[in-house]
Amino acid sequence: MNQLTGYRRPDGKVGVRNHVIVLPVDDISNTAAEGVAKLIPGTLALAHPYGRLQFGEDLELFFRTLIGTGRNPNVAAAVVVGIEPKWVQRVTEGIASTGKPVEGFSIEEQGDLRTIAQAARAAKAFVQDASELEREPIGLNELVVSIKCGESDPTLGVAGNPALGRVVDRLVDAGAAVIFGETSELTGAEHLVAARAATPEVREAFLETYRSYVAFIESQGVNLLGSQPTEGNIRGGLSTIEEKALGNIQKLGTRPFQSVLKPAEAPKGPGLHFMDTSSAAAEMVTLAAAAGSVLHFFTTGQGNVVGHPIIPVIKISPNPKTVRTMSEHIDVDLSRLLVGEMTLEEAADAIWEVFVRTVRGRLTAAEALGHREFVLTKLYRSA
Amino acid sequence: MAYRVVVHKPQDDVGVAVSDLEPGESLEAYVLENGERIRIKVLEPIPLGHKIALRDIPEGREVIEYGEKIGCATAAIPAGAHVHVHNLRSLRWSA
Repeated sequence: MNQLTGYRRPDGKVGVRNHVIVLPVDDISNTAAEGVAKLIPGTLALAHPYGRLQFGEDLELFFRTLIGTGRNPNVAAAVVVGIEPKWVQRVTEGIASTGKPVEGFSIEEQGDLRTIAQAARAAKAFVQDASELEREPIGLNELVVSIKCGESDPTLGVAGNPALGRVVDRLVDAGAAVIFGETSELTGAEHLVAARAATPEVREAFLETYRSYVAFIESQGVNLLGSQPTEGNIRGGLSTIEEKALGNIQKLGTRPFQSVLKPAEAPKGPGLHFMDTSSAAAEMVTLAAAAGSVLHFFTTGQGNVVGHPIIPVIKISPNPKTVRTMSEHIDVDLSRLLVGEMTLEEAADAIWEVFVRTVRGRLTAAEALGHREFVLTKLYRSA
Repeated sequence: MAYRVVVHKPQDDVGVAVSDLEPGESLEAYVLENGERIRIKVLEPIPLGHKIALRDIPEGREVIEYGEKIGCATAAIPAGAHVHVHNLRSLRWSA
């Protein structure tokens, strides 16, 4: 039962889930979107707090994230709800070019209740149609996945991240695309990441992204002491950002990275790709999903509980206390690797087994617990 | 036998406790890169995940883990002591 299966969408891309989403274009349309989801079981409203009076690069990122989420191959169909027709149309058209079913509804000139009635009719038809779609065999080379660690502690650098790094190498060698990010958490290891760039151009693009991030922090007249490492990291034993970063990069495996992506930008080919993201778990996973990731690997030391509405997040922990005290959140227990009672290869196999089952449809702990964090990254304040 | 302390590289100044350590314990730290063992006596309680000094580290010196700089000692740290935010600070952001 090792054959991977998934849903092949009209644009040829492959998903591992089959969601019908109700996507609000702005904060004030959340109520209508949630109204649709209440009426039609099997739909998922992706409420969020933004979408009004954003401008410039921040607005572009907003649209890229919303449209990218709708385009994600884990989404079978999307209903878009917003206050103004123009932005509804922009999001709807952005999703429609994948060929998947999508319909947009605007609230202006008719109010929530009529909008909900119309949108619910569309959602009902989409759910019925999605229920008929069948899984088919898929290849590893058709998958886009992402990686991040959170509530990190030194057990990740010793065990969890090197094991995930082996999985990343296997995926890259099989032709999958793998996205990593966490710009701030590369501080102290940025020279080692830069050395992994596939070409001098990619290396320079990475260093430029990193430098402009540091320049932004410094332009605020502050530094990241107190934020990086976090209180949870310090409790777990991480003392400095350098130590955190050096543990973090163990999960990148050993293959070169092929490109530097803007937040929520889809990778253009297979291999490892760096995306400029926050290190906050829900923001990073949301950006990766908007870039087309259909499954996320998440290593955790102290126990991060994050999930996402449309992509499964596989939790991997080598910390025996966390595996014991937060067992309902952990999909892969690597505590035996931490003390040398399991080899790295065996640990990679353990992650791989859960990965295959998850792709084939088994729910992750985060999915079963209803963790559906959809958190948009905002670059600066609105007008 | 299960590891108690794991060291990334032979040149590292610190190891990571992979179980809770008690003062007075004498144990062998395991070096992941080459399988070497380093004998160390624990001076104070060190919780799982936290770092133990493998050798005396003078105040002001850079501290090495993963074969790389992870910060600078803000106090003299004897071998076997707990290494954390009370005696180690980042070289990248200063208070």
